[in-house]
Amino acid sequence: MSQTGALYKAEAVAGYADVPLEEKQRLFDEVKADMRFPDYIYGCYECGICVAVCPSARFYDFSPRRIAQAVAREDAELVYQQMQEDIWECSQCFSCLRCPRGNNPGGIITIMREVSINNGLASAREALEGYTRIIYKIMSTGTQVSPDMLQPDAFPDWGPEVKDVSDKLELWRRALPPETHHTTTTGWEVSDKTLVELYLIWHKTGALKMIEEVDEGLHMILEEVMEERLEEEGIEV
Amino acid sequence: MTIPVEALLKKKENKSRFDRDAELAAGDAKRRDFHEELFELEEKGEWIVQRVPEPYVEVPTKYGRMKKVPKQMMWHHKSCGQCGHIPGYSTSIFWVQRKLGVDYNDPTDQTSCTAWNYYASATSNAAAQAAVAGRNFAAAYETGYFPLIHCGTSYGHYKEVREELLLHGELRKEVREIMKTLGKPLVMPEEIVHYSEWFYAMKDEIAKHQVRDFSDIAVTVHPACHYYKLVEQDAIYDPDVYGGQRTAIVSGVATALGAEVRDYSTWFDCCGFGFRHILVQRDFTRSFATQRKIEKMKEEANPDVTLTHDTGCVTTLDKSQFAAQAHDRNVGVPVMSEAQFAALAMGAHPYKVCQLHWHSADYRPLLEKMGIDWRAAWAEFEAEVERLEKGEIDFLTWADVDA
Ligand code: SF4
Ligand code: SF4
Repeated sequence: MSQTGALYKAEAVAGYADVPLEEKQRLFDEVKADMRFPDYIYGCYECGICVAVCPSARFYDFSPRRIAQAVAREDAELVYQQMQEDIWECSQCFSCLRCPRGNNPGGIITIMREVSINNGLASAREALEGYTRIIYKIMSTGTQVSPDMLQPDAFPDWGPEVKDVSDKLELWRRALPPETHHTTTTGWEVSDKTLVELYLIWHKTGALKMIEEVDEGLHMILEEVMEERLEEEGIEV
Repeated sequence: MTIPVEALLKKKENKSRFDRDAELAAGDAKRRDFHEELFELEEKGEWIVQRVPEPYVEVPTKYGRMKKVPKQMMWHHKSCGQCGHIPGYSTSIFWVQRKLGVDYNDPTDQTSCTAWNYYASATSNAAAQAAVAGRNFAAAYETGYFPLIHCGTSYGHYKEVREELLLHGELRKEVREIMKTLGKPLVMPEEIVHYSEWFYAMKDEIAKHQVRDFSDIAVTVHPACHYYKLVEQDAIYDPDVYGGQRTAIVSGVATALGAEVRDYSTWFDCCGFGFRHILVQRDFTRSFATQRKIEKMKEEANPDVTLTHDTGCVTTLDKSQFAAQAHDRNVGVPVMSEAQFAALAMGAHPYKVCQLHWHSADYRPLLEKMGIDWRAAWAEFEAEVERLEKGEIDFLTWADVDA
């Protein structure tokens, strides 16, 4: 590669090995094929209103305007770079829906993330490191966070109250008047029948399969838990 | 340089890239009332619309459409983060409804909307998200009670799901098929109602039950992004609150309770929750919550408490202050939901009902200003915990908390 070329074209994209343009185009085509995509981008005025309201833009080298522009210009190279570098910084707050053009940069990012997961991009795997226990919790129990997650070593920055809660957890949960709240491993009590229905949804919509691309170990555990439960109910998947 | 008129005109002719249906141009789409399509699809047998039960209150939304908020028959769609980490939030919602004689259902046949995970990790897809929503809606429909959504993110996400289902026949078909395998119909509520809309609709009724004077209490309000930014046309606005320029929801309740609502410049900013950030990238969350929200409120309004109406916002604004204190930042504002605030106004116990011991930022000076002896209240709570510990009682009941 020439000296000048090197200024424009790095060997790696955001620290990850580069891939041929066709592969980038294939990924972008997957983004565009999402049924929501046409409702999320109508071109871009480049006005920057989305950047002004974006919390992530204040703290990272990140810009919803760049995302909107890249997809509006159908720049597969840039979209690929953003999928490797930018999208996990978004807070998904949807403040950028203030866009005067009617765009939804946060929504485009949701789709880009989904495509990254489906294709097992290295950046997606990295972004989810340390997060997988949460995926396990939500997919297997039907509630996202549980009281027993409040451990001082997991939340040292949340103050001494976390330790009080974890020390007294079982008692303090029983000191909650709503009967559904006496749980420690789930947010509330979820019935067995409800869980079976949820597992069927994960199977039938391919959501469970998505996990395989980013964390095979987690996928195996989840599949085992779900299949065992479904088999007990006499349901074959 | 000559202007390439021909080329430009040609480009204009080729509208295939970003052609938009004039009818659906952003502004029009936001102002349209979706109910016509909602009921049309019901007539075609595509889904069942669960009607808002009577009696209901009609409240104005952003572009003037009146939204029906039921007064009774609530199916409580609970929130993971509220029940799990700030349980005084949901307990207060229930307690206030019990005081107002609301007939409600607190189901175990309910899952999370799973949107927290979706916005954090994208390990799901549009069909799965719509099916999870549809399963919960069908579960509510089967009981005859109407869904009341506790979480701002569930509420925003369900509105998104509704929009997607309205727009895409193939998605409706896919979700209907899944529902069929679960033995359920595809159900869509006539309105998607957030608990804070119920509090807003009932604010005068709530104020009638007020037993503590809040006229000395100054509050700031953090409106929850997913409440009013996602499908914004569905959120409640009132011309009398900030001239209808921002959602009226929490400010309306605080004002009805006699508190002074103070403004601050970064009210539109999000709290910094970030979905994945709050769990695995909290440096961002802490910085944003303290620097853009709490410190601004302190500097510009110096409130006794900040009120909000969503799980993530209460958690973020409350828990982020501890670490900032270590850096001598100008923080130290108690944080709670308006449900807890209203419950306190109505005489709720700060620990047995509002469960403030699960919160981080120091709320004790606020309780003192409200005329509550928190030391005595804590001793009362500890006495109950002792009864639990000794096995005298298995659980704290609704009767116990008002004893
Ligand atoms: S959704 Fe993402 S891009 Fe949009 S304003 Fe929020 S953080 Fe920024
Ligand atoms: S607000 Fe909309 S039009 Fe303006 S830069 Fe952002 S995406 Fe483009």
